[in-house]
Amino acid sequence: MENKIQLQVSNLKKQFGSETVLDGINLDIHKGEVVVVLGPSGCGKSTLLRCINGLETPTGGTVSVDGIEVTSSNKKITQIRQKIGMVFQSYDLFPHKNIMDNITLAPVKVQKRPRKEVEQDAERLLKRVGLWEKRKAFPRELSGGQKQRVAIVRALCMKPEVMLFDEVTAALDPEMVREVLEVMLELADRGMTMIIVTHEMQFARVVADRIIFLEGGKIQEESSPEEFFTNPKTQRAKDFLQTFTFEKRKTNNI
Amino acid sequence: MQDSGISVLFMGSNFLRLLEGLWVTVRISLISVILSIPLGILFGMFMTLKNPFSKVISRIYLEFIRIMPQLVLLFIAYFGVTRAFGWNLSAELSAVIVFTLWGTAEMGDLVRGALISIPKHQYDSAEALGMTKMQTFVYVVVPQTMRRLIPLTINLTTRMIKTTSLVVLIGITEVLKVGKQIIDANRFDYPTAALWVYGVVFLLYFLACWPISILAKRLEKRWR
Ligand SMILES: Nc1ncnc2c1ncn2[C@@H]1O[C@H](COP(=O)(O)OP(=O)(O)OP(=O)(O)O)[C@@H](O)[C@H]1O
Ligand SMILES: [Mg+2]
Repeated sequence: MENKIQLQVSNLKKQFGSETVLDGINLDIHKGEVVVVLGPSGCGKSTLLRCINGLETPTGGTVSVDGIEVTSSNKKITQIRQKIGMVFQSYDLFPHKNIMDNITLAPVKVQKRPRKEVEQDAERLLKRVGLWEKRKAFPRELSGGQKQRVAIVRALCMKPEVMLFDEVTAALDPEMVREVLEVMLELADRGMTMIIVTHEMQFARVVADRIIFLEGGKIQEESSPEEFFTNPKTQRAKDFLQTFTFEKRKTNNI
Repeated sequence: MQDSGISVLFMGSNFLRLLEGLWVTVRISLISVILSIPLGILFGMFMTLKNPFSKVISRIYLEFIRIMPQLVLLFIAYFGVTRAFGWNLSAELSAVIVFTLWGTAEMGDLVRGALISIPKHQYDSAEALGMTKMQTFVYVVVPQTMRRLIPLTINLTTRMIKTTSLVVLIGITEVLKVGKQIIDANRFDYPTAALWVYGVVFLLYFLACWPISILAKRLEKRWR
């Protein structure tokens, strides 16, 4: 992790109608830092990520990447988005394009890079995630885990500076979760700046440099994974962690 | 059989006249289809606008065209408009106008259906990759709607070819009318001619629509 601030969120607010989802979020993320965002369902984790890459327009506050502000009114939004890769929960590959074309579409059409060069990048990345053999396959021929790995490669091929992951394993069968998480862990090891929303607590603990706990539209707690999981400061975080543990309730007397 | 009706088909220019009749049918439907497709695409896009005004307008248009029998529309265009405005629309032009209005409405509804069937996350992921709205539309939305639309469009075309038989009623001599003329002319000499002539008319319709249906099946299979 370096000292340079890669992504800055200041006093970010987002309302849907009368519902306030984000109520003043402040967050500085350094280059190479991995931040995991935790919080109960509906607390605004997806909304936070979507505001960061301009898929939602914030009601207030600012997001800047490399010192450039992200706002949808800004004509540069598509340029800024190229610095931010995002992978979603739903397998969102383009069904009419094969794997290679899924990956090369945006670098060629948006970044106007030469196809040859992009295909070389795609080859290197696909080999890294073990899917080079599938380059000619169509998304419907891949398993959920494979599709998510391709979606990660597709985002990486844009050479982003920050990667956002929104519950990328939530829709996967349990045996496929690991292969996707491994790819993300490797990416973290290589120094990618990442914001991860996940419900995989063990993974969060291993991958995170910092844990952000979101609830009621605010950051309730911000700490190292060690501290968050062993000794959460707030009652809300304690309650939240409680939902992931089970206690044996069965007794022998009926 | 003495009066084998089949020979009627080969008398004089009868067969040629039937083919000419078929050409009238096919011409009216093809011109209407060729006009309906681009207009229908625009209409379909108009229908998906998130604007109450465009929604109401397009709804009214679509319902009007659907509720009115095509025959009534033909009469309105041919007799009504001529009376009301003193324009002298030829029967064929009136037919093309009516079938284009109808085709635009139906095509528009197909396009609307195809457009709204693209899941929201397809737009999200395209935009997250830095694509502009236009690029998203061209590279992500259009190709996906196309593969749904082509077979549907082809079915609409065959429906149109079949429905054009209505134009007889505003005085256009198309294939069915020619057939009837041939039968009437030979009613006494060849009483069984009707069977043969209608058989050939059926065959001609079939020959006009069949290749189109085959094409639809092919495309459907290839793009499933
Ligand atoms: N486009 C939208 N229009 C209206 N309300 C929305 C919209 N998107 C999200 N919301 C609301 O904002 C709140 C936060 O949603 P969000 O998807 O960010 O939660 P989340 O933390 O990602 O939840 P989950 O863990 O279930 O994915 C929810 O109450 C949701 O109903
Ligand atoms: Mg979410």
